[in-house]
Amino acid sequence: MSLNFLDFEQPIAELEAKIEELKYLKDDSGVNISQEISRLKKECDTLTKKIFSRLSPWQITQLARHPLRPYCLDYLDRIFDDFEELHGDRMYRDDPALIGGIGRLDGIEVMILGHQKGRDTKDRVYRNYGMPKPEGYRKALRIMKLAEKFNLPIITLIDTPGAYPGIGAEERGQSEAIARNLFEMSQLEVPIISLIIGEGGSGGALAIGVADKLLMLKYSIYSVISPEGCASILWKDATQAPRAAEALCISSDKLYQLGLVDGVLEEPLGGAHRAGEDFFKGIQRELKRNLSELQNTTVKNLLSNRHKKIENFGSYIEN
Amino acid sequence: MSWFEKLVPSKISTIQREKTIPEGVWVKCDSCSAQLYRNELERNLRVCPKCDHHMYISARKRLESFLDQGPQHEIGSNISATDPLKFRDDKKYTDRISSSIKSSGEKEALITFSGAIKGIKVVASAFEFSFMAGSMGSAVGERFVRGVEYAIDKKIPYICFSSSGGARMQESLFSLFQMTKTSNALARLAKAKMPYISIMTYPTTGGVSASLAMLGDINIAEPRAMIGFAGPRVIEQTVRQTLPEGFQSAEFLLEKGAIDLIVNRNQMRDKVSSILSILLKNKLT
Repeated sequence: MSLNFLDFEQPIAELEAKIEELKYLKDDSGVNISQEISRLKKECDTLTKKIFSRLSPWQITQLARHPLRPYCLDYLDRIFDDFEELHGDRMYRDDPALIGGIGRLDGIEVMILGHQKGRDTKDRVYRNYGMPKPEGYRKALRIMKLAEKFNLPIITLIDTPGAYPGIGAEERGQSEAIARNLFEMSQLEVPIISLIIGEGGSGGALAIGVADKLLMLKYSIYSVISPEGCASILWKDATQAPRAAEALCISSDKLYQLGLVDGVLEEPLGGAHRAGEDFFKGIQRELKRNLSELQNTTVKNLLSNRHKKIENFGSYIEN
Repeated sequence: MSWFEKLVPSKISTIQREKTIPEGVWVKCDSCSAQLYRNELERNLRVCPKCDHHMYISARKRLESFLDQGPQHEIGSNISATDPLKFRDDKKYTDRISSSIKSSGEKEALITFSGAIKGIKVVASAFEFSFMAGSMGSAVGERFVRGVEYAIDKKIPYICFSSSGGARMQESLFSLFQMTKTSNALARLAKAKMPYISIMTYPTTGGVSASLAMLGDINIAEPRAMIGFAGPRVIEQTVRQTLPEGFQSAEFLLEKGAIDLIVNRNQMRDKVSSILSILLKNKLT
């Protein structure tokens, strides 16, 4: 199985290729091969651990965008039951880049929203590379209002390069659609949990990311601007993106240290795209745990805590 | 060129540079090239009397001309930026702040006053574009919220003049979250049933347009102001076609239904006070 190795994973890829080769040899030769394989596997593990213990922000960015990384629909498949997708904003059209619907999280009724990227070329175009248009955000708001009406907690899975910067999107009020969601989400009378599963691309991510609990997967990113965008503004050169990624502090660990996110959820060695059932079980458990914390409080407390949290955003001095 | 000059269309950089021309008697209009008598232009709030082009005006001058001369006081002027990420590109963020303070004469990119227009008590804020392209960082967000809170507390309307390139990159996620913070404050103002008038001026884009600027009970724009989510260059690169003339102009937004009205800078005081007097009918004594 090819795991689409990234540049910095090449040494791992080479070792794994060697192991594969030895496996083929096994049938027709001596006894020491299995020993050699287990030795190489150990070496490979150590190497992977070593590489993943000191990833640069740019390498993490590449992992967050990995083409095999689990997307929203994969999580819907693996950790939610009885999911029923709800379509359309009732005003213009349905947006496949932002999906939502009702379902159950291990028996708890919830409303789920998330950005959806595509796997192959056709699917990517259909999903608009996970970049929602105003109708996507308006659908999200409609669904969130529905959640409030039926007292369902909201879970949002964030994975977008950003809101779509296109002509139609501007014409239909991309700014207003995002702004309205921030305005409404800050007052919604049900618990909201947001989990960044891949890319947290600026306002396009935030528009479904005003939450009581903001969580990030270990190798996800969250930023006000893409490293490439930042680099092309600051250095007039998009190839400076690794530098920008460093400066923007976009990794989960860094953002947790800065107190901007509430928790970081572990990923298996090598990233979520190598994950097995355990990983998804773990995510389900964490979501449930956070949810029960929020459900143990009154609506009044929920909102006052959310407001306090929002009002505390920022770093400034007063003199 | 500094980073924010690269951010915005060249038209604005021209306005920036124009400020450094030694105090002359004559000023050339950026739009129609007419030679204008400086004093007359200032009296006309920097709107070209020949072609109605709305030139850059400082936040302080704007509020001075907008509010009644009576008692005013500045809110949140003691709040200023820090550098939580130790951000640096070619220059340190802290150096960019210092040089902006020097060149703009303001300590941050938003100033707020409580005062009155035609006797109606209000709180009014304005973005200072010459301070890091009017970008919104933590200090701008906090100053905005203080203004809104004052309005809620005194039960008076809130007015904001936007002019901004968006969220301030140098504070990354701290800046992004100011969009939530300002929107949350406006939601509370709405619950208090106090009007929020948003006035968008050239240019209002990015995180500022996608939060506080588009949330007005009444959305107003100055003529031909450029207003949008993404900048024109980004859109052109994405869709690979040239944008039509007038795309993202105030007139375009009016046609598409994003704003309520376009008001000339010289009529802003009259219009806004007249709108407020109707909205507040039960609350005027």
